[in-house]
Amino acid sequence: MNDILQGLARAAKLVVTLNADLVEITLLSLQVSLGAAVIGSAIGLPLGAWLAINRFPARRTVIALLNALMGLPPVVVGLIVYVLFSRSGPLGVLGLLFTPTAMVIAQVIIITPIIASVAHQAIRELWADYHDLLISLEARRHQRIATLLWDGRRALMTASLAGFGRGIGEVGAIMIVGGNIDHATRVLTTAIALETGKGEFDMALALGFVLIGLAIAVNLALHILSRTERGSRW
Amino acid sequence: MVNAMVALDRVELRRGGRVIVGPISLRLGGEGITMAMGPNGAGKTTLLRALHGLERVSSGQIHWDEDARALRERQAFVFQTPILMRRSVLDSIAYPLRLRGVRRGAARERAAECAENVGLRVSLRKDVSTLSGGEKQKMALARALIMDPALLFLDEPSANLDGRSTREIEEILDHFRARGTRIVMSTHDIGQARRLADDVVFMHHGHLVEQAPSAAFFDAPQSQQAKAYLQGDIVI
Amino acid sequence: MTFRTILSAAFAAVLAVAAQAEDMKMSVTTSFANSGLADVLLPEIKKDTGINVQLLIVGTGQALKLGAQGDVDAVLVHAKAAELAWLAEGNGTHRREIMYNDFILVGPSDDPAAAGSAAQATEALSAIAGAQAPFVSRGDNSGTHKMELRLWKAAGIEPQGDWYRAVGQGMGAALNTASGMNAYIMSDRASWLKFANKGDLKLVYEGDPILFNQYAYMPVNPEKHSHAKIEQANALEAWLVSDRARELIDGYTLNGEKLFTFNAKAE
Ligand SMILES: Nc1ncnc2c1ncn2[C@@H]1O[C@H](COP(=O)(O)OP(=O)(O)OP(=O)(O)O)[C@@H](O)[C@H]1O
Ligand SMILES: [Mg+2]
Repeated sequence: MNDILQGLARAAKLVVTLNADLVEITLLSLQVSLGAAVIGSAIGLPLGAWLAINRFPARRTVIALLNALMGLPPVVVGLIVYVLFSRSGPLGVLGLLFTPTAMVIAQVIIITPIIASVAHQAIRELWADYHDLLISLEARRHQRIATLLWDGRRALMTASLAGFGRGIGEVGAIMIVGGNIDHATRVLTTAIALETGKGEFDMALALGFVLIGLAIAVNLALHILSRTERGSRW
Repeated sequence: MVNAMVALDRVELRRGGRVIVGPISLRLGGEGITMAMGPNGAGKTTLLRALHGLERVSSGQIHWDEDARALRERQAFVFQTPILMRRSVLDSIAYPLRLRGVRRGAARERAAECAENVGLRVSLRKDVSTLSGGEKQKMALARALIMDPALLFLDEPSANLDGRSTREIEEILDHFRARGTRIVMSTHDIGQARRLADDVVFMHHGHLVEQAPSAAFFDAPQSQQAKAYLQGDIVI
Repeated sequence: MTFRTILSAAFAAVLAVAAQAEDMKMSVTTSFANSGLADVLLPEIKKDTGINVQLLIVGTGQALKLGAQGDVDAVLVHAKAAELAWLAEGNGTHRREIMYNDFILVGPSDDPAAAGSAAQATEALSAIAGAQAPFVSRGDNSGTHKMELRLWKAAGIEPQGDWYRAVGQGMGAALNTASGMNAYIMSDRASWLKFANKGDLKLVYEGDPILFNQYAYMPVNPEKHSHAKIEQANALEAWLVSDRARELIDGYTLNGEKLFTFNAKAE
């Protein structure tokens, strides 16, 4: 209990004084996880929509695979990405290991199945509503997907936020592919792991509170921004 | 019937191992308003949807006439239950034009005109879900008319409308018929059927019971079922 | 459209991630990083040589692996046998001893096994094993873990049983575990001094030369990995064995205690 109070106090102090290190790792956390959420959404949302409106033989298998991938341990993803991007690996020439780009790639792999799965659920319901109209109007396939994605954007934003939430709180994968290098690839979660390792619990907790605050802030910001669109309840 | 539009040849629709419509054989001409009538569950909606291409036909064939190609390519359907998009009234009506590549500004302008034409006098900025039942039907009608269809299907378009709105809609349909739009619709409103129909397709239990020009049908229905249906409604 | 604004802002964030400077990467062990010495040395290295050394703080096994894969340009570790094997595989150009620190035994403040009164490190371990007092082992194949295993072997004991807990984690996490269980543990001095969650633990044994811990620096072999930055690695080595480095290493203290002893030989 004492640790928690101390952590809160320290978090408040760090935030109020705009501690330079804290600002740096917080911004990198945001960049990496927002970047992963954007790319993961660009892949996962259309994929979810596509799975919702198409019937093909392997559909069930693909959906089952997606659900299985949701439970993939980040450490495993981190290891796979590490092996791929290591200098001795097939993509080593790109020199991406231990860069924020590699962290984004790992997080994209982790969160895309989540985004696609949530999107699939949401779009399936919307598709049931819209089906007759879109067929009657002879909307082409990409138009159907575009319409469903646009009209389902509130639910899809939730999907993206779920992906972002998983990304910003993830430590196993980015620790391996980012390396937790000070001033280069250190983010909130890896810093928390580091401080915990040093036994600096109050500092680790402080960073943890900043992380929670950040996640809440991003969620609130998106909801407030999207609610400013007039006359819409969705 | 001057020229042929479509012919159904022993068309049957089965769902869940049960025949819901058919076998039906009938011909529809290329002009005027055809009214599908019959009690609840008779198969009116199913027939309209099958003609529009929304329902898979289990057996039999639907032959479209060569000369009816223009009709076939420019169809619109107003559903019995209006389909609500998660959009504003204006954008819902403009949607078919947007699908056909019309720019947003122009599409919205046309949408506002169409809303005016069907007598939809509400704030077009608000969400369609906030419309009343009748307003929703008008929105759906405006959304169908915005494409200036050559063949228009309407499934009970005035089921939720008050007397004045019903008359407004009927005037619009009259107007479109005069301009050459082919209309196939269903209704339970016998007065409306009398006012609008050029010919009537009367259905019962999924079967075609009677097809006749409007005057003949209402003056001297041939089948027992049609007699009962018309009388029943008149009595009430 | 606000949605578009959100999207474009997010895309800008992605693009910003892409840019990065040319640096040199070195894998080091957790215990070295935890000592705090790196925080003193790195800014000086940058000032004197212009090299921005990026540290990958991992266990010894992973540190050597990163070097073998060519994912870092040099390694700084403390596990001689593993280092020699690593060199024999052609992973590095050579091995240069830089400095040493020492390991200590930490345990409950009342020292129930009386390990503190032992004359030798091996005797202290025998006392713990004899008392079956709880003992936390890193169990992660790190330099510290290997040193611990060597000591057990030297003491002629094969540690096993309920009292011996291998946690398979870094020094900090292992210390946290020992603190929670009030158990004995072997730690490098720096990690112990920096450790904030000591609980009822205290230093119980120190000083036996067998506990000295030699750090060696090894550049990654550019013949194996052509992209390895051998020039920067050599420049860094020259700095690490310089008088400036000696001054900083020997002068570094934590809570008033000297941690490292510079022992690099001039070539
Ligand atoms: N997909 C389906 N699966 C099973 N039965 C169906 C299906 N669609 C329609 N039916 C059945 O087919 C019959 C005809 O339905 P339809 O909707 O065409 O009737 P309708 O004449 O339009 O009736 P109403 O006047 O009530 O609108 C009904 O008994 C209905 O339950
Ligand atoms: Mg019906």
